Amino acid sequence: MNDVLDVALRLLIVFVVFLVAPLVVGQTEHKVMAHMQGRLGPMYAGGFHGWAQLVADGVKFAQKEDIVPAAADRRVFQLAPAVALLPYLLVLVVIPVGPGDGAVGQVVDAGIFFVLAVMGIGVLGSLMAGWASANKYSLLGGLRSAAQLLAYELPMLLAAASVAMAAGTVSLTGILDAFEWWWLPWQIIGALVFFVAGLAELQRPPFDMPVADSEIIFGAYTEYTGLRFALFLLSEYAGIVVLCGLTTVLFLGGWHGPFGADGLGWVWTLLKAAVLAFVVIWLRVTYPRLREDQLQKLAWTTLIPLALAQIALTGIVKVAIN
Amino acid sequence: MPPIPGSGLAKGLAVTLRTMTKRTVTAQYPDVQPELPPRTRGVIGLFEENCTVCMLCARECPDWCIYIDSHKETVPPAAPGGRERSRNVLDRFAIDFALCMYCGICIEVCPFDALFWSPEFEYAETDIHELTHERDKLRDWMWTVPEPPALDPGSEEPKEFAAARKTADKLRAAEEAEARQAAEARQAAEDQAAEGRAAEGRGADEDRGTEGRPGPGSDRGGQA
Repeated sequence: MNDVLDVALRLLIVFVVFLVAPLVVGQTEHKVMAHMQGRLGPMYAGGFHGWAQLVADGVKFAQKEDIVPAAADRRVFQLAPAVALLPYLLVLVVIPVGPGDGAVGQVVDAGIFFVLAVMGIGVLGSLMAGWASANKYSLLGGLRSAAQLLAYELPMLLAAASVAMAAGTVSLTGILDAFEWWWLPWQIIGALVFFVAGLAELQRPPFDMPVADSEIIFGAYTEYTGLRFALFLLSEYAGIVVLCGLTTVLFLGGWHGPFGADGLGWVWTLLKAAVLAFVVIWLRVTYPRLREDQLQKLAWTTLIPLALAQIALTGIVKVAIN
Repeated sequence: MPPIPGSGLAKGLAVTLRTMTKRTVTAQYPDVQPELPPRTRGVIGLFEENCTVCMLCARECPDWCIYIDSHKETVPPAAPGGRERSRNVLDRFAIDFALCMYCGICIEVCPFDALFWSPEFEYAETDIHELTHERDKLRDWMWTVPEPPALDPGSEEPKEFAAARKTADKLRAAEEAEARQAAEARQAAEDQAAEGRAAEGRGADEDRGTEGRPGPGSDRGGQA
């Protein structure tokens, strides 16, 4: 009975975080982007500096008509948003926030493997949406998503593999237990590659070629409206949360910090993830969208060699230490 | 020296970060009224008292958006036996702001300063016909006309000032003359009283009233 309660509580907490954290990131993006452009951003919803803007957006989305195009592949079309969103929920379960078993939804021994495999499924959602919409723009967007997934999954995996090599384990908690501060400079290249590749996988600007609105309307999501569209948006922001959490855990030492690692470890994790989320927004505001060929070139000619170099460096240092 | 590769990317990040720390330029308009410059062309206000129905504004208006109706009234002669004067009385003064292109020619040509720019701009209507605003509305806008901006230092004195000063000088001269006369009268009365006391009995209060007091100058000062 106690076990059931424990599991239910953990799942409930993870679910609440899954619902709240993306909205916090989204609202931060509204405000940070506005101020970086000399604007104020939302100011009315909720009364105080538009804090309830995304709630209002959610209400609006819920009121909209649920449209499925006549020529669409109904089932696949309706299923796609769930396929895009749920993997991030699953990933969130295994990300450790603080030290010990109490601060993680479920310890998975093959943590990195599980996380990267499940995150890859998220892109399947855009592929399904693009194919099932019976719309040429959706199809183009879906294919671009697929090309991006192929190009960026590899450097992401290689960078994560470098950390796994350094720690000698693929378990996320195991990696954090083995973490030392000097891993930071040691794995810095891998961290950059992982972060950039993760951004590209989330289709965040400047890697938002699959949804390039000036070319293909909104890519795979062109035909979506109402709640299903909102789910796609939510999955993007949940993706930011997951990516920032993962980067924190793999490369920035998670709950390790200069002080307070005993009781306040989770604060360090949240702080690092928040800073990374800010960087994600910052990059979106600053850089224009990459062209499709530049996108592919960046992955294959820059990120993959860098990731391989990082693996080589990790291997050399590892051997030297032993 | 060639630029360091990737320095452009860093520069871009610096620009956005710097902008974030600066004050935003957003105008929170319905909550905060904008601060408009003094010569803002918001709407045209009418100062009826100055209008002589000369129709110059209506004739100069490039898109004929000014409507003026008037009738003639006769005024009794100023002096008995004189000729009756006639004068135009304004019946209707309306500007169709759906047609008005805010060129300001009517304001420029008005010889009697009856039209002014007001910075008022919140007069949207839901029907285009309601944009023809009548004299009462135009008069209300007159009260929002700001004071004219101050003259540059060392600039020539405006004509109005000279006219007003002339009037004031005349007034002061008249007052002084009056005071002098009064003083003379008092002096004379005192002298007489002294004489009377000396003569004991012969006493007549001769209070010389002041008359022929020159009225205020008839120059049209102020607005004209």
